[in-house]
Amino acid sequence: MTARFSMRDNVLYAVISGEIDHHSIKPIRDETDVQILKNSPKGLIIDFKNITFMDSSGIGFIMGRYKLIHNITIVNADANIKKIMLLSGIGRIATIN
Amino acid sequence: MKNEIKVKFSALSENEGFARSVISAFIVQLNPTVTEMADIRTAVSEAVTNSIVHGYKNTEGFVELVAKILSKDEIYIKVSDKGCGIADIDQAMQPMFTTDTNGERAGLGFAVMEAFMDTLIVKSKLNQGTTIIMRKKLGVPPLDDDF
Repeated sequence: MTARFSMRDNVLYAVISGEIDHHSIKPIRDETDVQILKNSPKGLIIDFKNITFMDSSGIGFIMGRYKLIHNITIVNADANIKKIMLLSGIGRIATIN
Repeated sequence: MKNEIKVKFSALSENEGFARSVISAFIVQLNPTVTEMADIRTAVSEAVTNSIVHGYKNTEGFVELVAKILSKDEIYIKVSDKGCGIADIDQAMQPMFTTDTNGERAGLGFAVMEAFMDTLIVKSKLNQGTTIIMRKKLGVPPLDDDF
């Protein structure tokens, strides 16, 4: 997995790419936290357009970031990824667009 | 003769992706839909991750993946480990239950396996290991379109 970060209007925008599993998410998790702590954004947008697979580790990733930032938006998740998001109820803590 | 594969690999998290690749390559012959393929890959990913993270707690060991084509449209998958086993299976299968205290694991592994496969059987013995058996019939239209 890889991640690209940018700040727009005080919102941290993360474009993540690849397959999300328990193994691949670890470095992305650390990188995201560094970016959150460095920039103190008012919101986090995670762009899933380049994610080709996600298991429940992706839900853990969103839950974990919620501890640092309460304004999280998920964009461009495909139907299979949305299915896990719906099942998990993660929509209660993050906006799924 | 039934078509069957058996793959044994080290309980290393790098192999979560490997296990998904193996199951994908095997079930291609059933011409799964994109959704069926994603469902099965996800269920296998969850089962294998459970064995590595919880069964072996990141200690050394092996995970075994068995897959069989039962009939032309039904797949059987068994994921087993010889790890620590599960003390309370009912509790472990509760959605959101997790032994992880860092808040980085969602506790959804079994819920995902249950939702994405037709049947899920969990057998476990403390200090002996855990076996997960899942089945899924392909070509069955989903009951409800918006899920």
